[in-house]
Amino acid sequence: MTALLEPPAAPVETVRPVRDRRAVLGLLPFAAYLLVFLGGPLYFVITGALTDADGRPTFQNVITSITEPQYRLAFTSSLLLSAVTALIGAVFGVFLAQAVITSRAGSPLRRIVSTASGVLAYFGGVPLAFAFIGALGQTGLATLFLRGIGIDLYAAGFRIDSLTGLGLTYIYFQIPLMVILITPALEGLLPQWREAAENLGASAWSYWRHIALPVLAPALGGATLVLFGNSFAAYATALALTSGSIPLVTTSIASALSGNVLANQQNVGLALGLDMVVVIGIVMVGYLLLQRRAAKWTAR
Amino acid sequence: MTRGRRWRVVVFVIAAIYFLVPLVAAGEFSLRKPGGGYWVGNYLAIATDPVLLNALLVSLEIAVLTAVLVLLLVIPTAVWVRLRLPSVAGLLESATILPIVVPPVVMAAGIAFVQANLDAPVFRSLFSSSITALTPFYVVLALPFAYRAIDNGLAAIPLRTLVEAARNLGAGLPSALARVVLPAIRSAVLGSAFLTLALVLGEIVIARILLYTDTFPIAVVDVGRSAAGVSVALTLASLLLTWVLLLAVSFAGGRRTRSTPP
Repeated sequence: MTALLEPPAAPVETVRPVRDRRAVLGLLPFAAYLLVFLGGPLYFVITGALTDADGRPTFQNVITSITEPQYRLAFTSSLLLSAVTALIGAVFGVFLAQAVITSRAGSPLRRIVSTASGVLAYFGGVPLAFAFIGALGQTGLATLFLRGIGIDLYAAGFRIDSLTGLGLTYIYFQIPLMVILITPALEGLLPQWREAAENLGASAWSYWRHIALPVLAPALGGATLVLFGNSFAAYATALALTSGSIPLVTTSIASALSGNVLANQQNVGLALGLDMVVVIGIVMVGYLLLQRRAAKWTAR
Repeated sequence: MTRGRRWRVVVFVIAAIYFLVPLVAAGEFSLRKPGGGYWVGNYLAIATDPVLLNALLVSLEIAVLTAVLVLLLVIPTAVWVRLRLPSVAGLLESATILPIVVPPVVMAAGIAFVQANLDAPVFRSLFSSSITALTPFYVVLALPFAYRAIDNGLAAIPLRTLVEAARNLGAGLPSALARVVLPAIRSAVLGSAFLTLALVLGEIVIARILLYTDTFPIAVVDVGRSAAGVSVALTLASLLLTWVLLLAVSFAGGRRTRSTPP
């Protein structure tokens, strides 16, 4: 009986304590590449943020980047936009992923959704921005259709280059990313658990409420955090959709860097970058903690 | 069973509306002729506008180089981890999440700092053209999904058996990788390559901040200021092209595994 409720047996090799020192050398190219081309830029962001224009150490840039009203506004909108789109994307993404998984394996539908998820999650900003302008812009197809049936979005105050419009567009790449991230965890739910629950008289609802959701919770939380980081980091959509008119942290960094606000703002731009890295760092720590719990159930 | 089917239909219908309407709208917009009616002129701009054509060639070159570098980094590492270091698999998977969440704009800020302030010959040659400057960083952006795709591909084949068989027959590890493992995971390899293509054809943030304006996505956005229809037509075309390539790989891979059961 209890055997059914045990997590899938971990492969023997993952618990093997032997650590071959020489085998670790095989990771060197990969690690070195990330260190140089991801760590390098991050290093210059951090050192640049902590020095003034003449190269003397200072905290002034960081202080400016979190106290200036325009930057606080940018952080508020970025955090709000990321939280809302991560939650909506996560909820709908789970439903879509589950719908795909429970459809016939190898069916065209399944291939279409999984390949489209890859393209949409990866392609990012530009095409999405244009597609949404085409659909929901002033003369967009959906705008005109809705006006035809008596719903005038623009009279109601909607604009595609507003925070709401941006959020609606972000969800377009958040859902596919959620499908990619959560599918392995959903596939890890063993059919035996459902059968056991049903044999004991559980309804579909109580199976999800008492078995599937608690097992999935860490994976769901982790994926939602990645979605949060993903939209917090996104800039291309905002750039293409609004040409930078909405105050987001990414937009502020770009305009501080290009120096079209004030001269000598470069270091403040880097300080904003450092702030973002800190936020992302917190999100990642949360993700890693949740991932460790999730691994208990999805280990293969 | 019917209850189970009904919620799936609802989910698929909502998803179809949400995902298809913008694409259809963009398609309709891209076919509008200035002054009324429809035509395909916007799509032909890629052949008639030398700036766009040149930008496409630059981006395709970046895409090929990026894909090759990504695969060279990812395949040996993923195989190595599965064969020799399964204990770090989880750690590595988490590390590959990093480039998803490190903002490209922050990466660009760090690179721009190097570009503006450091003047060693190595940096000068790195930043001399958009191809040499952007490719190394696009590799970082492409790593997460490529790693996942390749690792999933490796999970589906009897990797250890294949490698041991090849080595028993006298192959070295590089030769076993290239001649046995690579063909076995070819659909994952093609999938990663096409996802990399998608990334390169969509990346505007780093290119814009580092002022490399001769890549395809930047040229497409810029042409939109005077001809919005051309912008929409070409982004839609590149999106659909990448997706069709991936779909073809998916179907080809599926047929292969069905005709030769393991």
